[in-house]
Amino acid sequence: MQIFLPARWVKTQSHKLNWAKHPQTQLRLQQLLLPLVGLTLFFLLWHAVASQIVTTLGSFPGPVAVAEQFSNLLDEHQAEQQREAAFYQRQQARLEQLRLTDPNSEAQIRPYSGRPTFFSQIATSLLTVLCGFALATLLAIPAGVVIGLSPKLYAVFNPLIQLFKPISPLAWLPLITILVSALYPQTEGGLSRSFLVSAFTVALCSLWPTLINTIVGVSQISPDLENVSKVLRLRWVSHIKTIVLPSAIPMIFTGMRLSLGIAWMVLIAAEMLAQNPGLGKFVWDEFQNGSSQSLSRICAAVLVIGVIGFVLDRLMLLLQRYVNWDKNAVLR
Amino acid sequence: MQKAQLQLSQVGISFPTAKGDFVALQNVNLDIAQGEFVSLIGHSGCGKSTVLNIVAGLLQASTGGVILNNKEVNEPGPERAVVFQNHSLLPWLTVYQNVELAVKQVFRGKKSKSEMRDWILHNLALVQMTHALDKRPSEISGGMKQRVGIARALAMQPQVLLMDEPFGALDALTRAHLQDSVMDIQAKLNNTVIMITHDVDEAVLLSDRIVMMTNGPAATIGEILHIDLPRPRERLALSDDARYNHYRHQVLSFLYEKQRKIEPLHTQTKAAKPAIVTVEAKSA
Repeated sequence: MQIFLPARWVKTQSHKLNWAKHPQTQLRLQQLLLPLVGLTLFFLLWHAVASQIVTTLGSFPGPVAVAEQFSNLLDEHQAEQQREAAFYQRQQARLEQLRLTDPNSEAQIRPYSGRPTFFSQIATSLLTVLCGFALATLLAIPAGVVIGLSPKLYAVFNPLIQLFKPISPLAWLPLITILVSALYPQTEGGLSRSFLVSAFTVALCSLWPTLINTIVGVSQISPDLENVSKVLRLRWVSHIKTIVLPSAIPMIFTGMRLSLGIAWMVLIAAEMLAQNPGLGKFVWDEFQNGSSQSLSRICAAVLVIGVIGFVLDRLMLLLQRYVNWDKNAVLR
Repeated sequence: MQKAQLQLSQVGISFPTAKGDFVALQNVNLDIAQGEFVSLIGHSGCGKSTVLNIVAGLLQASTGGVILNNKEVNEPGPERAVVFQNHSLLPWLTVYQNVELAVKQVFRGKKSKSEMRDWILHNLALVQMTHALDKRPSEISGGMKQRVGIARALAMQPQVLLMDEPFGALDALTRAHLQDSVMDIQAKLNNTVIMITHDVDEAVLLSDRIVMMTNGPAATIGEILHIDLPRPRERLALSDDARYNHYRHQVLSFLYEKQRKIEPLHTQTKAAKPAIVTVEAKSA
């Protein structure tokens, strides 16, 4: 019965809204309300079903348990931050005292090595995904432009693209791990190997949509515009800059949005499998931990992963709207 | 007649097919003097656009060649500016920027920045488009887009202006308006113009000579009609003029008697085309 309440409520609300003087306000309210209806339905359903499922770690957590756990994670993060600040403060005080007695002391401040919290894992993941995605974009767009402009190059590279596109990140991961450890000497400072492995895996798996869409976008330039370019005798660089890139921009962005979505999915999997720091490792650690809180922590992480993926996509959409010359285009 | 500025001699083009070469165009000979306005008219598929594209350098002739001011044409260039049928403005640039692109390309190093700006504005003023400098092509009407396309071509200061059915996609009123603009501009600048058209009235009204093409394959020039009407020409006065109607009749009789396009009825879409042309020619 409870489940049907919000639906009825919306019905009465929209009935009331029919009396509203501004149809636009009505539309906007609807756009705001209807997604809320979906979310509410989901949480109610989750709540109802979760209590029915009993696992080895107790009953499956419902939304309330997950929300509690989320605030626990937040508290833990704040506590850890305080501990870290205190750690550095203590060191600083000790160092100053040491220097008073022995000015030539070679003592240094040592980095804090506490356990990464949920939120620091989020930051790591975000940084990794952005680096991997940036690398993929920097490779895919120039390559796509060059390949798209030449049918011969396309014929050369198409089989390779089709071959590499469907490869799962899980298959790439061992190879990349081995290659990175062979080619990148781990020294103090610099980028960590695990970061490189995650970023390369993300790049390798996510560059395909951008590459393919750029190729398609570039090869679909209107022949009339190409003729304009020929009559004006545009040089190669200005041909690319004024004709090719602007006309391929919508396709390039479609590709980039797909790529970013894939990048985020791949990253979580890679972190999980390779035990590289990040949200994926958090989930895996909680899974291995198997405490009574683990399930709700994993649920919290899953929701956060979803929200971040959604936010990343919206950000790309905003960027696309900003860059796209065709302001009338319907982008969703 | 003056010495020819543009010479087409023995121009022909053929395309390789599975059954051997398909000759689309052959033996096109035409001398065009500086300042002359020449129209190419003929049924669809007779190779009018091919001739224009060869002059533009967008297509290479298989036989013969084109000579412009004693130089052979073998690649596209701004001295043979093209006004395309569907305006071909870059949709991501404003009206001003579209013309600017051409001006920067042609006058780089020859004009200063402010001279370029003046030149862009001058050409947009010629087509009466200075009110929409910062509009994008999607924000202006079809007729306006075509005006900007003409301004862009004129801004290249071409030796020959090539127009590929420039008014084909416009409604009758806009078309008449633009035809008057083109006549004005041509009177001012004395450009050499080659224009492709389907419209008999347009051809007679604008041209010094009308080149009538035979049907393909192996299309060539059928007849050339000199239009000896005084300029400036007034469409209203001419519509009642005996000579005008005589020229008009000659073009019509070439198109619908001598070169009547016979096509099997089962290709209905193609068969419908000449019918539309007839209606258009009579109603205009």
